[in-house]
Amino acid sequence: MISAINLSVTYHGKIVLRDATVKAEPGKVLALVGPSGCGKTSFLAALNRMTDLIPGANIRGQITFDGRPIDSVFSNRAELRRHVGMIFQKPNPFALSIRRNIELGLREHGQRNRDELRQITEKVLRDVGLWDEVQNRLDQSALELSGGQQQRLCIARAIALKPQVLLMDEPCSALDPLAAEHVEKLIQSMRGQYTIIIVTHNLAQARRLADNIAVFWTRDSVGEIVEHGPTETLFGASSNEIVKSYLSGRRG
Amino acid sequence: MSRNDLILKIISRVSALLSAAVVLLILRFLIHEATPALREIGLYRFLTDPSWHPLSGNFNLKPMIVATLVTSLGAVLIAGPLGIASGLFVHFYAPPALATWHRRIVEILAGIPSVVFGLWGLVVLAPIIANLGGSGQNLLTATVVLGLMVLPTVAVLSDNAVAAVPREAIQGAAALGMSRWATVWNIVLPESRSGIVAGIILALTRAFGETMAVLMLAGNVVEMPTSLLSPGRTLNANIALELGYASTSHRSVLFVSGLILMLVVSVMVTVISRRRRTTQ
Repeated sequence: MISAINLSVTYHGKIVLRDATVKAEPGKVLALVGPSGCGKTSFLAALNRMTDLIPGANIRGQITFDGRPIDSVFSNRAELRRHVGMIFQKPNPFALSIRRNIELGLREHGQRNRDELRQITEKVLRDVGLWDEVQNRLDQSALELSGGQQQRLCIARAIALKPQVLLMDEPCSALDPLAAEHVEKLIQSMRGQYTIIIVTHNLAQARRLADNIAVFWTRDSVGEIVEHGPTETLFGASSNEIVKSYLSGRRG
Repeated sequence: MSRNDLILKIISRVSALLSAAVVLLILRFLIHEATPALREIGLYRFLTDPSWHPLSGNFNLKPMIVATLVTSLGAVLIAGPLGIASGLFVHFYAPPALATWHRRIVEILAGIPSVVFGLWGLVVLAPIIANLGGSGQNLLTATVVLGLMVLPTVAVLSDNAVAAVPREAIQGAAALGMSRWATVWNIVLPESRSGIVAGIILALTRAFGETMAVLMLAGNVVEMPTSLLSPGRTLNANIALELGYASTSHRSVLFVSGLILMLVVSVMVTVISRRRRTTQ
């Protein structure tokens, strides 16, 4: 589905991620794990070019989507981000009503039919398990929701655009344990419908969620992928010493 | 308590007391000087007298109140959109180097003395506006120059308000593939509204308070303006022009107009600080 080949990210000329090569398979969950500061978030942001928003950020290497260079698949950033959605660590609903949060992106991409907007809103809120909780207060501010509800709303507004790929940057780490569990279950249930790439520091979560994992590590203060493959293979019997000790919790 | 601490405490208390006392003393002084006019002439006559001929006992302030309102509100109508646009420009449209220069130029604009604004208006702007009719020294010229003078206030406060919009919200909009314009319109402007409004109110208080440039440009004829091209005199200009020779009730009426200006400005400042507190 989406692959990175020798992807490097630099900030103001300083390299933070070197030659990352990994493939996310369609409908599967790929977890990116590793200690802080080893380029996982930079890698994620490079995939949908959120790096454009960071002054001085530059990426090298190739990203392909269904085997073709991603720039030739999507004519501009708006199209790219519509098909490759993103969920952030801190829930970031807009300071608008719940309904507007979902409709804004849809309207931006040309959906103006009121009935359809209403249908899509209901559908995605049901998909994330939020409909029963908010159906009577769709016009209230999204900021009144709890953290976990806000994060599910952010997922709802992302999937409203029918993306093929969802990038998630530690989507549970800013939530309390119950809300985190709720969001994790939601991600479980999305398996098969979306290609998901998720950054997480929670190894147990990675093991529960991911079909494949990629282990990031820092060498000479530059991040790189030391090993990637099927989750159980890596957790079971990695040949790499770093990976073995990190995944078993002895390092990192 | 150590000795240094005690000294600092005394110094800060005395200075705080002094600055508060100055405001109260000025207010007391204004009220004291305005009292004879308020008692003998009364507020009602300031609006109903046939004209402003203080030496013959006619004290109609209405044309000057209108001129003050027109120039101040007009200035904010000009400075508001330009200032907000400037705040958005530096964050969303300008390349970083240009944004730095733009900010610097806005700061310089804020530092130009008002008499220089007046000179520029008189020599450059008035002849251009004279093409529309009249002498060029009229409410329109004064309003435009006043607008440029208060522009930096709106621009700087809009800049700050836009900077305070959470980065996460802007990232969220970008991640949904929203264009720059849609992000600004749907996310940034609603989130920064209260800061921008505070900037506009502050600009309005500055416009109300400005005397010199308006005095140099507005033509200073005391008559009810019929259009923007009419000459006019503001309350501030009137005080500056006439206090030198005014005596008895004439003098007292000038203090009444000073009191009015001060009250209007204090009410607006109170409104801003309340808004600030509620948004924080």
